[in-house]
Amino acid sequence: MNYAGDVAALLRKDLLLELRARETLPAMALFVIAALTVFHFALPAGSSDLAAQGLLWIAILFTALLGLSRAFVSEREQGVLDGLVLAPCDRSAIWLAKTLSVLSFLVIVEAIALPAFGLFFSAVSLRTVAAVALADVGLCTVGTLLAAMAVTSRTRELLLPLLFLPLALPIVVGGVGASVAEDGGRYLGFLAVYDLVFAIISWASFEYVVAE
Amino acid sequence: MVLALALMGAAVAMVAFYVPEDADQGLSQKIFYFHVPIALTAYACFGWGALKALLYLWRRDPRYDLESYVAIHLGVIFGAMTLVTGMIWAKISWGVWWAWSSNQLVLFLVLFLFYSAYFMLRFSVEDGPMRANLSAVYALFGVVLIPIGFLAIRLANDFIHPTVFTSQGPQMAGSMFATFVVCWAAMLALAAAFYGIELAGKRLDARLRELRELLAP
Repeated sequence: MNYAGDVAALLRKDLLLELRARETLPAMALFVIAALTVFHFALPAGSSDLAAQGLLWIAILFTALLGLSRAFVSEREQGVLDGLVLAPCDRSAIWLAKTLSVLSFLVIVEAIALPAFGLFFSAVSLRTVAAVALADVGLCTVGTLLAAMAVTSRTRELLLPLLFLPLALPIVVGGVGASVAEDGGRYLGFLAVYDLVFAIISWASFEYVVAE
Repeated sequence: MVLALALMGAAVAMVAFYVPEDADQGLSQKIFYFHVPIALTAYACFGWGALKALLYLWRRDPRYDLESYVAIHLGVIFGAMTLVTGMIWAKISWGVWWAWSSNQLVLFLVLFLFYSAYFMLRFSVEDGPMRANLSAVYALFGVVLIPIGFLAIRLANDFIHPTVFTSQGPQMAGSMFATFVVCWAAMLALAAAFYGIELAGKRLDARLRELRELLAP
C-alpha cells in the first residue's frame, strides 16, 4: 500500500472506532458548552466583548487538550501501537492519520461551539473562524506528537498539558490577535507559519517517539 | 574552570570600576552586564542541548543524550537566573517586579515552563533509548519554540523593553561594549566549566553504578 492508502486506512480505523464507541466526541462537545457556561460567570457584568473573545480561545485550547489526551488511549490499552510500529508502513503515516482524526473531531466540536459562543456572548467574525481553522491545524499537529510522547510516560495524561501549553502559547497569541486586533491579517499569517513549521518537525520526528 | 574564574573576576572588576554609569538609568543599569550575558548564555545552552539532541537522533550514541540533558539543565539554571535578574532590573527601572510588556522576560518565563516540562517528561520515562528519543525530540521543539515564541510575544505586545542591539550595531559606548563582551565571555566560560564538571560527575556516577552491579552477586 502507498502512503496515502496507509493514512486513509488508519484514519478510517479511528473514525470507525469513534462512530461505534462514541467516547471522545460527545465528551468534547459537552465540555466546550460547559466551559462557555462557566465563562459567563467568570466575566463580571460590564466586561468587554474582548475578554469573552479571549475566553473563546481558552475554551478551544482546553477542548483540544481533552481530545488529544484521549487520542492514543485505545492504542495503548490494546497494545495497538506496537503492532502499528511493526507494520510495514512509514511511521509518520500513523502521526498524519491520528492528526487528521483529532482535527476532524475538533472541527465538528467547533461547529457546535462557535454558534454557541455567538448565542451566549457575541457573534463570531469571519476572521475568527479563519483563525480557528488555522489554529486547529497547529493544535492537532503538535498535540498529536506530544500525546504520543505522553502515553509512553508513567504520568500519562498528567504530562500532556505541561508539555502542550508552552508550545500552544503562540497559537493563543495568533488566535486572540486575529479576533481582537485591528489588523488581524498578520496574525493569520503568523498562525500559518506556526502550522507549517511545527507540522514539518512533528512529521519528521514522530518516528523517534514511537520506535526505539 | 580557571579561565572561567579569571574572566568572572575581570568582569566583576570592569563592571564595578571601569565602565561609566549610564546617564539615564544610573547605577542600576549595571545589572545589564549580568542580566543580558546570562540570558544569552541560557540561549546558548538550549541551542547546544538541541544540537546534541540532533546528534543523538542521528548517531544513536547515548553519550549525546547525556550531554544534551546536562546542557538543558544548565540552560534552565541560567534561565531562572535571567528571570531573577530581569525582575530585579524591572523593579528598579520600572517600579514593578513583573512587566508583561517586557518581551524577553515573558519569553524566558515560557521557556522556563517549557524546559521544566522537559524534566517532567524525562523523569517519567524509563531509562533507555526511548527516554533519550523523547528527550531529544522535545529539545528540538524547544529551539523552534524560541524564535516562534519570541515572534508571538512581540506580536502580542507593545515595546517598552529597551532595544540595545539594532541592525545598526550595538547602541552603546565602546567601554560599555567591551565590558559587555567580557561579561558575556565570563558567563559562557562559567557555563562551559559547569557543563564539564556536571558531565564528568554524571559519567562517574554511571561508571560507579556499573562497577557496583558487577560486584553485586
